[in-house]
Amino acid sequence: MIGRDLLGIEDLERSDIERILQTAVHMREVGEREVKKVPTLRGRTIVNLFFEASTRTRASFEIAGKRLSADVVNFSPSASSLKKAESILDTARTLDAMDPDAVIVRHEVAGVPKAIADVLDAPVINAGDGAHEHPTQALLDLFTVQQEKGRIDGLTVTIVGDILHSRVARSNIYGFLKMGAEVRVAAPPPMIPPAIEELGVKAYTSLREALGGADVVMALRIQNERLAGSYFPSVREYAATFGLDRSKLHYAKEDAIVMHPGPVNRGVELSHDLADHRPSVILDQVRNGVAIRMAVLYLFAGRKREHAQSRRTS
Amino acid sequence: MAQETPPSIGRVPPRGAGAAPAGRTLLDDTAIARALTRIAHEILERNEDVSQLYLVAIPNGGVPLARRLAGSLRQIAEVEVPVGVLDTTLYRDDLKMTGERPLLRRTEMPSAVDERVVVLVDDVVKTGRTIRAAMDALMDFGRPRMVQVVGLVDRGHRELPIKLDYVGKNVPTSPRESVCLRGRDGDLEGPLEVALLPADPRGEA
Repeated sequence: MIGRDLLGIEDLERSDIERILQTAVHMREVGEREVKKVPTLRGRTIVNLFFEASTRTRASFEIAGKRLSADVVNFSPSASSLKKAESILDTARTLDAMDPDAVIVRHEVAGVPKAIADVLDAPVINAGDGAHEHPTQALLDLFTVQQEKGRIDGLTVTIVGDILHSRVARSNIYGFLKMGAEVRVAAPPPMIPPAIEELGVKAYTSLREALGGADVVMALRIQNERLAGSYFPSVREYAATFGLDRSKLHYAKEDAIVMHPGPVNRGVELSHDLADHRPSVILDQVRNGVAIRMAVLYLFAGRKREHAQSRRTS
Repeated sequence: MAQETPPSIGRVPPRGAGAAPAGRTLLDDTAIARALTRIAHEILERNEDVSQLYLVAIPNGGVPLARRLAGSLRQIAEVEVPVGVLDTTLYRDDLKMTGERPLLRRTEMPSAVDERVVVLVDDVVKTGRTIRAAMDALMDFGRPRMVQVVGLVDRGHRELPIKLDYVGKNVPTSPRESVCLRGRDGDLEGPLEVALLPADPRGEA
């Protein structure tokens, strides 16, 4: 059963994931209509509480909320109250007193959405916390694979890049494993977390081996400046060994698709050509992101803590 | 009718393999076929310009009925009437904000509704709230010239000022009982029947 909050894919059952993906199929149809709006969440308020800068994810949640007729309020406390030394939880409590139906949280520290969820009545949806999880990204990736391949069960998915620092990788590992796929990760050794294979994935330091027989290749973004020199010698060398282009893609299955959570460092994780053309499905991922977030808001928004309901009606 | 039975998925109650279906049959497949043929004639009688007709089914039960109606119209008048499917779930007025959300069903509108005579097709009509939701959903797809409604079964108990243009059978029931269209083979592809199920002991009918 789907709980009150969406904090990570780790907490979900396979049936929960299937329910969200199934709901997203219908939400995508709404997005294809001339009038892309349904009255489902009319009169509901959704707060985007983004402590960490984000353009894409925030816009995606905002469009998703608006397509369901919710009022969406954007709140970026880094620029305002946190400068006045207001604590994160104070900020969250203040927002909760305004009675939102869902709070979307992004923070650069792992665990903050959970800490906020513990003090709020409103359901919390994690939009990315540190290197922990980014559940809606994994859900939209699962959805994109399902739409492209017709299934997830039995596929081989290779995730390439900075596994160690990536919340996208972590959420996707949980998600694809729960849905029955084989998951491989490939990266320079320092970017592979030591105990990663205990999760049930196979770790590779050779891209060629990791790609053999892959149905899906997912490249992760390299945070250039921070990592070059300590995790890999240089960006150019990373691009030469782990950057994907058409010739390396030949190691994967003929009909393999290429994914990237964006924004792409062109010529680093993906060649220019791959970033823009099939078999990469990057813009489909973005489109599916809105459908997935509509599905998540439909299924989660308004599911307040029990005592909050009784308190309000008494 | 979908509105009256949250949180179940459709109108086909699940039943165990091999178990006899519960409830009393109100209309068997022959009676349903007869009613739909009559309704097809009535639709042709009421609408001189058959080229503008558009059947829009409310899932799940409306879908096989609309398909059969289109077949009858083809036979009687040699017209090809498009069939759309319109899920009303996102337009419901009773979405409870706590607990599980109802499952969404597919929407497929193959033709534009502008200037068409849209005939909504539902299996069981009771409060009229589903029809209200369907009309709102329809308006988001365009501006039909006219909207008419088919209900295979009209149970009464209307809560909104909505009347049916074509009725298969009026069935006076207690609001606590439930009436459903179901497939005799467990799906809605084969023979159909309308069954009356006794009042839900939990009082949630």
